[in-house]
Formats: sequence, structure tokens, C-alpha cells
Amino acid sequence: MTDLLEITGLTVRFRLRDAVVQAVTNLDLTVRRGELLAVVGESGCGKSVLAHALLGLLPANAGVTGRALITLPPAAGVARTSTDRTFVLPGGGERPGDRTVVLPGGGERPGDRTVVLPGGGERPGDRTFVLPGGGERPGDRTVDLLGCGETTLARQIRGRRIGLIPQSPATALTVVRKGRRLLAETLKQHGRDPRLADQVAAEAGLDPADLERYPFELSGGMAQRLCTALALASDPELLIADEPTSGLDRPLVDHTLDLLRRRCDEGAAVLLITHDLAAAERVADTVAVMYASRIVEHRPAADLFRAPAHPYSQGLLNALPDRDFRAIPGHPPMLTALPPGCAFAARCTRVTDACKVQPAGPVACHHPLTTAEVPA
Amino acid sequence: MSLVADGVSAGYRGRRVLTDASLTVEAGETVGLRGPSGSGKSTLVRVLALLHAPETGHVILDGERITGTRHRVPASVRTRIGVLFQSPRASADPRLTLEQLIAEPLLAVRHPRDLIAGRVAELADRAGLTADLLARRPHAVSDGQLQRACLARALVHRPRHLLCDEATTMLDASTQALVASVIIGEQRATGMGVLVVSHDPALLERWADRVEDLTTVTRSH
Repeated sequence: MTDLLEITGLTVRFRLRDAVVQAVTNLDLTVRRGELLAVVGESGCGKSVLAHALLGLLPANAGVTGRALITLPPAAGVARTSTDRTFVLPGGGERPGDRTVVLPGGGERPGDRTVVLPGGGERPGDRTFVLPGGGERPGDRTVDLLGCGETTLARQIRGRRIGLIPQSPATALTVVRKGRRLLAETLKQHGRDPRLADQVAAEAGLDPADLERYPFELSGGMAQRLCTALALASDPELLIADEPTSGLDRPLVDHTLDLLRRRCDEGAAVLLITHDLAAAERVADTVAVMYASRIVEHRPAADLFRAPAHPYSQGLLNALPDRDFRAIPGHPPMLTALPPGCAFAARCTRVTDACKVQPAGPVACHHPLTTAEVPA
Repeated sequence: MSLVADGVSAGYRGRRVLTDASLTVEAGETVGLRGPSGSGKSTLVRVLALLHAPETGHVILDGERITGTRHRVPASVRTRIGVLFQSPRASADPRLTLEQLIAEPLLAVRHPRDLIAGRVAELADRAGLTADLLARRPHAVSDGQLQRACLARALVHRPRHLLCDEATTMLDASTQALVASVIIGEQRATGMGVLVVSHDPALLERWADRVEDLTTVTRSH
């Protein structure tokens, strides 16, 4: 997988009347094509600010430093290299040779499901994806999201190369337009057929019939899925999903997560910002745990969930209802008054004098847990 | 002491979303309630909280059948029920500081002013809200911090019954565990009955004494 986004030294400060909020501090992250990176942490740790910083959506009192380089294909289509692979994704509609199979449920079979097995042939709505091979490609350009300016972000990046599923879907939609018009307009804007609205909505888990409603007639979950459909309309290289599953019930959570996973498997990258550890465990390739504006642990998801190394990661996992269901003692420090050294020291049982110095590395801790200390 | 929905049917502007639901929460017990999206869980909570009038059926609070909703119910009855909603943003007045937010239900019933500060401080401490946070308005705190303030507000009248409508869904694992532990602590101290509405099977399994499915507590017509 090649690097799509490389963030180095990202720091965000908010100037208030009598204080400075240290929202993101010296953050380094790399997102590769095909990778699903989950950023997890307690509310108020700076995860959403990270997303908004990348998209230039921070308010005027924010100061941003650092770099966030995104590698984009040449403006006019994708240049092929010999290692590129092509995939065709099925659209909706039937195709010759499709077969219908009924999967039995139990008992009186209220749970029977019908599955359509694909035959051959093309069908309307099929999309072709090019998965980039390794190496640079002729015409690749690199854009610094933090330094390129609002014009470039607005005209070339936001909603085009980087899609955002916003945290508060109800407030992100134009309330005086029906879902269908919002979606068709967006598809058209990105050079796709507006008639694909039904299909894109269905892909996002929204019943196409609900496109006939105004946003205020949608439930929180429906609005969430409409926002997802809008973000998918431009087929972005990077999808930033800010708490995309909050307010959804379990089947819809699973549907949304599967959708994000599929985006990655198709070669796009997803930055999943979530407080839902179960969601991150289910679909993420890598997980970055954020605490008090810094990333304290950044490791492959399977390793982190099996054997968290940072005491904070361990505390967070232990708070899950199917583990200890016990809150981490104490409270996160104020982002306006972060202590020198490790910000978790005040809540940590492993604290020593060494913790007065800010730790660094993929596990930012002077006394990380070893695998032997984590019960299997 | 119990909070009972007795054959409650309810809806909005003629569109019925809940049909003949019956549910009892006894003092000291924690009842989990689950059900698919749109099955009427939140509507049942609103009816039990005396915020929404049922079309048929009744709410029976501590053995007394309640008529009317909202301000038509005497304050001494209303304040026996505390509610924690899913969205702290939507249930917090943006003009109030967190401290005023927690104190508001006491001011609303003309609680002696000199007693309010102490009660607010005690609850803020249990919910883990520092003095710095108490002085802020909702826009300057995170969802988790705001929900902890809403929790303090819900407990400020020492309710006999607490209704939690997806109240920890948007919270991180540690804050969720904290909110649950504060509620469990209050319950042990006062014998409060708790209804927990959630989509999360792991949470209900861990927290609730018994779990009801809304599709089984309603009778389809």
C-alpha cells in the first residue's frame, strides 16, 4: 500500500479570551491507500479537531501548524502504471444469469433471507476502480492540506478528494431540499450520473424512498446515512468519518462499518474517528489512541486490542461493558492547562519521576505494559 | 415504589408509533429496554417521563395513576422522575453555564437558594465536573462533559425513578462506565429504579437486572 496522507507535527491551538486550548499537539500519522485507520479516545481529546484541521473547517480562532501531505493523481484522470490493478464493482440492477436463493431462518422461518447470486455480464451502475500499484506515478501531485489555502481546499479537495461524514448529520444538511435533490446535485457536480442517487443511497443503507423526504423529516440514523451517501458521491480517495455510527442501532452500525471497510478494500483510505472501541476493533487495520491532544499509542488494531501497551489504552479497553466496565480513575486534564510531561501521569498507576518528561514513539509511555501483563 | 406503563399506546399527530406497551420498573431494579430503530422506545420513555400524553393506557407512578403531562402534573410528582436523554446538546439550554444547568430544576420548584449551591457542588463532584467546567457554557465543553452535567441535573431532585434513553451511546467507554457507576451508586443509596434504553447488547447484559424487548412488551393489533 502506498502512502496517501502523511501528517507530521500537526498542532492545533484555539485562542480563547483568557486561555489557549491545546487541541492537537505534535501529531504524526500516515494513512496508506487501502488502510482503515481508527482514531479513538475519550470525548474532548481532540479527535474531531484533527478531522476538521485536515479539511480546513476550523473556526477563525484556531492556529494550525505542521504539514499534512496528500498525494493526488493528476487532475485529469488516473495515470496508469504497470502494477495498477483494475476492479469492477457491481452496481444495482439485475444482470443476465442472476439467481435467487432463499436462506432459511429458524422455526417458522421469520428470519428467511433472500440472496441474489450474481451471474455474468455487466449491469447498470457498475463502476471500475483502479487500484494504484507501488511507486510514484507520472503526474502525481502532493498538496499540503494545511498550507494550500481555502481556494484549493474548496475547489479541489473538500468533498472531492476527501469526503467527510460529519458528526452531526442533522445540522449538516440543507433543510429546505429533499434528499434526492441534494444527492443528485452532488453526483452531477462530480461528473456522475444523477440517476445513480437511488443506488448510492442504497449503498449507504438508506431506503431510496426516504430520499423523497426533507432532512427535518429524517431520523438521526437516516440523516447519518444520507450524509454518508453524499460523502460517497464523489468517490473520494480519503473518507473521513467523524463518529459515523453514533445514533444508529446495531444492524445499521454493522452496515456502516462494512461500507467503510469495503471502501478500503477498493483502494480508498478511511480515517474513522470514533469513541466506539467495538467498531474500531471490527473494521480497523490500525488504531491510534488519542489522549489529551496527543496520540499515545499507534499500532495494528489486532495487536492493540489483544495487548494494549499504553496504560491509557488498557484503561479504555477495561471500561468496556464486556470487560471490567470500570471507568479510568480521575479525569482527563484540561486542554487549557496540560501538565508538563505525560498528560496521563495523574491517572496512571505506573507513574514514576521519568513521566515528567514527555514520552514519544508509537507507544508514548515510559513504562508500557508488556504482553505478559495483559490477561489473555 | 414503581413506575408502570399500563397498556400505553402513543404517537404523533395521528401516526401511532407505540401500541399497547406495558412495562414495570420497581424500586431499586435496573430494567434494560431494547428494540429496533423506530420501534417506539423513545416514545415510551417520553410517556413514562410525563412529557408525552398517551392516546390510550396510563402511567402509574408509585401506585397513583397520572393524568396530564408536563406542567399539568404537580411538581412534587414530576420531580420523582429523572430523565437522561441521548443528546446532551439538544437537552441543554446553550445560554446557561453547566452550574446553572444543574441548578435549574431546583430553581424551577423554588428550592431554598442557600441549599442549591451545596447540592450542585455535591453532584458535580460525583459526575467528575471540575470548577473550571462548571463555569463554561455547553458550546465550550465536549459531549461527554455535557452529558455528565445532564446526569447531575437528572439526579438533582433525588428522583425515585431514572429513565436513560440511549444516554451513553455517544460516550467513550470510560465516560460510559463512569455515568453507569454514578447511577448505580445513587441507586444503592436511594433505591432508585432505573430504565436503561440501549442498542448495545453488551451494555444491557452487564448493567441491567433484566432486559425487555419492546416488541414483546407491546401487543400488536
